[in-house]
Amino acid sequence: MKSGDLTELAVRNLREAALRNSLTTLGIAVGVASLVAMLSLGVGLQQLANRRLARSGLFDTVFVTSRANFPGFGRRSSRSSLSSSSNTSSSASQPSNSSSDFENSTKDREPRRLDDAARRELEHLPHVVEVFPQIRFVTEVRYNGNPLTAMVAAIPDSARGSGSFDNIQGSFFSSPTADEAILQMEFAKDLSDQPSSLLGKDLVLRYAERRVIGMATGAQDAEGQGAGGAGKVSHSSSGGGPGKTLAAADPAPENQGISIVPRDKTLRIVGIVDTEPAAGFGGLGSGRVLIPLKLGEALRAAQGNDLRDILRGSGTRPGYANLTVRAESPSQVQALESAIKKMGFAAFSLLDASEGLRTVFKIFDLLLGIFGSLALAVAMLGIVNTLVMAILERRREIGILKALGAADRDVKQLFFLEAGVMGLLGGTLGVGLGWLIGRAVTAGTNLYLRRQELPPTDVFAVTWWLLLGAIIFSIAVSLGAGLYPASRAAKLNPVEALRYE
Amino acid sequence: MMPTNGGAALRTERVTRQYQMGAALIRAVDEVSLEVGAAEFLALLGSSGSGKSTLLNLMAGLDRPTSGAILAHDRNLAEMNALELARYRNRTVGMVFQAFNLLPRMTLEENVELPLRLAEVERGERGGRVREALERVHLEKRLSHRPSELSGGEQQRAALARALVNRPTILLADEPTGNLDSTTGLEIMNLLQEINRSLGMTIVLVTHERPLAERFAHRIAELADGKLVSSGSKGVSGGQA
Ligand SMILES: Nc1ncnc2c1ncn2[C@@H]1O[C@H](COP(=O)(O)OP(=O)(O)OP(=O)(O)O)[C@@H](O)[C@H]1O
Ligand SMILES: [Mg+2]
Repeated sequence: MKSGDLTELAVRNLREAALRNSLTTLGIAVGVASLVAMLSLGVGLQQLANRRLARSGLFDTVFVTSRANFPGFGRRSSRSSLSSSSNTSSSASQPSNSSSDFENSTKDREPRRLDDAARRELEHLPHVVEVFPQIRFVTEVRYNGNPLTAMVAAIPDSARGSGSFDNIQGSFFSSPTADEAILQMEFAKDLSDQPSSLLGKDLVLRYAERRVIGMATGAQDAEGQGAGGAGKVSHSSSGGGPGKTLAAADPAPENQGISIVPRDKTLRIVGIVDTEPAAGFGGLGSGRVLIPLKLGEALRAAQGNDLRDILRGSGTRPGYANLTVRAESPSQVQALESAIKKMGFAAFSLLDASEGLRTVFKIFDLLLGIFGSLALAVAMLGIVNTLVMAILERRREIGILKALGAADRDVKQLFFLEAGVMGLLGGTLGVGLGWLIGRAVTAGTNLYLRRQELPPTDVFAVTWWLLLGAIIFSIAVSLGAGLYPASRAAKLNPVEALRYE
Repeated sequence: MMPTNGGAALRTERVTRQYQMGAALIRAVDEVSLEVGAAEFLALLGSSGSGKSTLLNLMAGLDRPTSGAILAHDRNLAEMNALELARYRNRTVGMVFQAFNLLPRMTLEENVELPLRLAEVERGERGGRVREALERVHLEKRLSHRPSELSGGEQQRAALARALVNRPTILLADEPTGNLDSTTGLEIMNLLQEINRSLGMTIVLVTHERPLAERFAHRIAELADGKLVSSGSKGVSGGQA
């Protein structure tokens, strides 16, 4: 028989025994629905975790330092106490023995400096979204004339999507160079009893501008660390841009250094955030006043690194203490990391941790899939039962079909197809049902989250491939269940089937 | 038209069909050799349990003999594989049963269309063929009715249309009037006769009603206990009723 005719007959047979077949189909649907619900929950939770991880900036970034700085890496993460003292004091201490020893030991193979050329080179690596230095310093913040001390952190524009600013009061920076600030809630409470009233108000940043003395103009753009040697302190209360007053150039490198100039910068408060924003290693979590990255770079505020490099005596050439390289996705981090290492820098990422997490989710998915499949297996038994019962009930029909010239193959295909159609209907229905369950669980979860005053999230991820896969799986399982009844029907002896009454 | 004239449409050669019932061996058909000529109307007569239906099913290719040969248009059914046998049932023979055996969930049109579907006849051609077959049994106005909405006679006529729709050369009828009153039974017999005459179709009619056989058949073959006890004799004959 032609497949069109077979399908027509199969569908019509199913329709005729509507009640029993719809119960079987419903059984399949429930199986598929639980499969879909379980898998989309698994995928959803994984995506949620991945999203959170990706947004945290921990897993799509590579932290780059000069090899020269390598031993200092571990200390850097706990350096905030050091930096607080650095911007108020410009006096240079004696170089410590340990760091000069390190310098000496690596003199034979000159480590590559993390300068602007290196930054541009990093920016041009494949799959790099952005490269930015960590800029953070402790300084005095004046609001309504009251001075407070706070950690200022510059954040890249990409942090906008990190999730930390989802529940911002006010808005994110209007541009990466805007004279604007976002306050952390705790700090905002220090400034005012009614934090939201701060929005649109101005605050003044009193900070120490670092100026390089005796450097060629090419060094002007260098950030993060200045030249070594004793700094010359000059005072300026004007809040103008950097490099307004340059100290006279001194051609002798030994006399190069930085001067620290106090400056004021007025910033408009545009937003207040609850959560501590994080962006890469050593995050910005402790920042209480957040400013745009480009603005931060332009301020040339003296940082803790400056002092250490002064101590180390390696500050004669401009460069960055570190750079954070953000990849398009965590999957590219590994390749990126090794590419950066080949360039001659020290590079770190937290890829391994995220991989372990992914493995956990794979297993989680597998378990959920197994439970869903069990439900489908029960549905499959339903199909076998329905079709075997149908053979008993339709003995005569099968006999008639054979008497009229139906080959065994025709009968087999007819029953097989009926199973397949039930699978298709059950699968489609089940996918719809699973989707509804997903919606319901999401709604329930969000209701709960809202009660807990947490932001709503989508714990279900119903992807098109999951839906399509579930339908195909349902058809495949149904066909598998139809195999036995179909071949039994085909083997039925027509003479006996016709005698039967 | 002379019977047994145009060569045998069907021939059985010492056909035996036996059933094992526990220890007992039942010979439902016992070494029956019979020839049915092209366009012949043969009545197979015998009491209940004499093996008429068994022999007819063997001729129809629904069953295979334990021994002996069955030839339809000189093709041995025993040499056909299952698929060829199905094709034979579909195109060479048409069957009518005592119990009508229409599919209750289908309309008349769909019932009659079924052999065409199985024969993979083009969709466009089917409608006309179905109508033609139903016209032959005067049911063309009942296309969309279900079997349960028809009288017994009408159902048997529909079954006849279904048997004819694929234009077979042999019609096998197993007590087609058995479930009908005598008037309606006569209607069916007249239809069979008309089909035999106008289409030249070979007909094997199983019945236990001797008067019907004598009135309509060209020839009567009689079975008793699976054995052929008489054949060839036209009996009282009178095919020209
Ligand atoms: N599948 C079977 N198993 C065992 N015995 C069978 C089987 N089919 C038929 N028989 C036996 O074969 C014999 C012939 O049966 P068959 O149905 O051919 O008789 P019949 O002449 O058609 O009778 P009726 O006029 O009642 O229809 C009977 O004795 C029956 O019991
Ligand atoms: Mg019988």
